[in-house]
Amino acid sequence: MYDYVDGKLDWLAAGLPSEGRNATRARAGDIARPDVPTCRLEEPIRTVRERAAAAGWDACVVVNDERVVLGLLRAEELRKGHEEPVERVMRPGPSTFRPHVLLDDIAKFLVAHDLPNSPITTSDGRLVGLLRREDVANSKTP
Amino acid sequence: MPQAIDRKDVQRLMGEGAQVVEVLPKEEFEEDHLPGAISLPLRSLETEAKDRLDPARPVLVYCWDAA
Repeated sequence: MYDYVDGKLDWLAAGLPSEGRNATRARAGDIARPDVPTCRLEEPIRTVRERAAAAGWDACVVVNDERVVLGLLRAEELRKGHEEPVERVMRPGPSTFRPHVLLDDIAKFLVAHDLPNSPITTSDGRLVGLLRREDVANSKTP
Repeated sequence: MPQAIDRKDVQRLMGEGAQVVEVLPKEEFEEDHLPGAISLPLRSLETEAKDRLDPARPVLVYCWDAA
């Protein structure tokens, strides 16, 4: 007898196939954007702002060497400051979701909290991508 | 005493024909379960296991998480 101690949560969070009623429903990991710009705590905010804008983004996820999410720069934070390090202006510890969470559930959260986006991370906090509210809305358009 | 295993072990054992058993309530099983798993909620595990499981094949059980 074997005991898969980390259980179903670990399986789903890894994005592995599942069966059941929810198996065909859209999940956060399906539309999270892996190409979101990332930056480090010590980078000057001006550099990050320019890099994000050049890539067509108004957000940037702050990560460490292991891509663990440390903070988030949304449009509001990206506009702040010049040579200050990212750490001074970022939103520390933003709300994150695991890739298996149903899109409908995240959509409700984003609307209820009036958030434009939310990082999607693995169970150990590593960045999968940024889920944008507009992408969630577009995914529901027939 | 069951042997604790991780996700990689689960994938290997599945490939070797292990029986995968979810012990959560039936409603949770119906929402999501591992491929090929069968539902044996904890309450019915003792009474149903011997009828539904093949004693000749390995058995792998799981619930929601390690908590």
